[in-house]
Amino acid sequence: MPRLFLTHEKMIELYKNMVTIRRFEEKVSELFAKGAIPGFVHLYIGQEAVAVGVCANLRKEDYIVSTHRGHGHCIAKGANLNKMMAELFGKASGCCKGKGGSMHIADYGSGILGANAIVGANIPIAAGAAFAAKSRGTDQVGVAFFGDGASSTGAFHEGINIAAVWKLPAIFVCENNLYAISTRANRTIPVRNIADKAAAYGIPGVVVDGMDVIAVYDAAHEAVERAKRGEGPTLIECKTYRFCGSFEGDPQLYRSKEEREEWRKRDPLNFGRKLVETGHMTDVELEKIELEIKSTIEEAVKYASESPYPESEEATTDLFA
Amino acid sequence: MRKISFGEALREALQEEMRRDETVFVLGEDIALHGGDFGVTKGLLDEFGEKRVRDTPISETAIVGLSLGAASVGMRPVAEIMFSDFLGVCMDQILNQVSKMRYMSGGQVKTPVVIRTAFGAGISAGPQHSQSPEAFFVHIPGLQVVMPSTPYDAKGLLKTAIRNDNAVIFFEHKLLYGVKGDVPEQEYLIGFGEADIKRNGTDVTIVATGLMVKEALAAAETLEKDGLTAEVIDPRTLVPLDEKTLINSVKKTGRAVVVHEAWKRSGFGAEIAAMIMEEAMDYLDAPVKRVGGLNVPTPFSPALEKYVVPNENDIVKAVKEIT
Repeated sequence: MPRLFLTHEKMIELYKNMVTIRRFEEKVSELFAKGAIPGFVHLYIGQEAVAVGVCANLRKEDYIVSTHRGHGHCIAKGANLNKMMAELFGKASGCCKGKGGSMHIADYGSGILGANAIVGANIPIAAGAAFAAKSRGTDQVGVAFFGDGASSTGAFHEGINIAAVWKLPAIFVCENNLYAISTRANRTIPVRNIADKAAAYGIPGVVVDGMDVIAVYDAAHEAVERAKRGEGPTLIECKTYRFCGSFEGDPQLYRSKEEREEWRKRDPLNFGRKLVETGHMTDVELEKIELEIKSTIEEAVKYASESPYPESEEATTDLFA
Repeated sequence: MRKISFGEALREALQEEMRRDETVFVLGEDIALHGGDFGVTKGLLDEFGEKRVRDTPISETAIVGLSLGAASVGMRPVAEIMFSDFLGVCMDQILNQVSKMRYMSGGQVKTPVVIRTAFGAGISAGPQHSQSPEAFFVHIPGLQVVMPSTPYDAKGLLKTAIRNDNAVIFFEHKLLYGVKGDVPEQEYLIGFGEADIKRNGTDVTIVATGLMVKEALAAAETLEKDGLTAEVIDPRTLVPLDEKTLINSVKKTGRAVVVHEAWKRSGFGAEIAAMIMEEAMDYLDAPVKRVGGLNVPTPFSPALEKYVVPNENDIVKAVKEIT
């Protein structure tokens, strides 16, 4: 696949978005450990290139349906960090008024049709958003993110199958980070690549280095264009790795320190160093980006901390329209 | 007034709503070319075309999931799940997705999904094609559950369901599809949460749903010969439930029998009985009686099938036990 030409500005934007996700997640990890964030958190550390590379091809009006490991997708798609952090804290000013939490971040105005905590369930839902776009004759696309574990679900099969036969403008992005909690992918997937399953649906199955934001960007670009041309969906498998546990608190007994260190060497944020080495940025600018993002995250934490919790009457609102 | 069948009434509702609103579309297995296994969607493909009348693969999870996705971005899907027994296949999309999406998002989204499904015993369809699973769905917050018993109710309620911005499960008893009844030519809607008193009486309140409405009315005829007048009430919508009409009736009669075809244990009758007990204890002269299906799968043989579901005799017997 030929490399697309990306502008200088675009490449820096890709880097900034990845750093934003990384620092947000690191802050969430710290706050969770302190007890400021209730429930479960599933962090996206290490997988930033996937969310950013895909979402860089999407407009506000395009749709994504995310997962319980969805902070990265939501940030990349343009969710407001203050409202996200407030949601994680369970505050009334959260994007979902505190009713969803980490696994259900949603911002319908930005095309984020909710993060879903039932593995695979978002796949047919994304197909539905794509169906609506096709019915209306707009050129919007619908993207479902999911992991290696989801590729074994019935919903994966049914959702991709219907999108394929109806030629829906959908993109199915599998983030194969090798583990479904503790279960390694080769114990549950009988083929070499999840992308190979695309053959069952007659759609392209593309394997991509999920640690390389440019590679992800290129593959997603092709899939989005294909969808807009009315040629139907694509299954993109991004080979990636989460540097953190499946959830915060995960003792990670199922994988070795050596394996984690090997993958760390391929940190998607190394892209920043590459941009400096190729003259797109200076070290000073790199540092400036970190400081800006640090300040944005701190503002989000302040916003969340200072926001009130919802009133108890709120528990029974928003059920019906 | 003209008489049309329950199935025709549903079809008219679909036609009228699809003409009125281009975002309404129907999908399901064999609903387009075949017109639906029970013929409800016959003719829709010719009138509205294959973009709005969709035959799907055998994929209940995708049918409901896709409906949800489309609904959450502005369309109004009416999905058909061929037999209500198949709701087991797509249970996640109903339990965890459709019913909860609005709430989990803090009210950001509307989910106007209508799921129409054929339920009930009586045609020897066997254990996996004869169930009445409404109780599972009334239990889930975020769903509205509708069960019409006449063509008039079917049309008015389906139109409301489609215009409504909430998720609706619409239960259609198989044996009602061919039953004819009065349906006006002019357009009308029936609101949710409005029970219908199908027969007035003063000695006992009989709450009945679906096919059991017919049995309750037959029981009322029999009871009248013994000098008892029964008030037969059809809730029409189980969620939202018109508690006021039921309670007002019990205040008048002092006795209540609740009947449904579904298994008696934890059937929706238990909810109605408990509610009546809680709200109208001072007016009750006897405990609320429930009549429901036997707690077994629906057997195939006609001899057994008719034994496991309630009929008018069971209703009469129940009334006699409390009068």
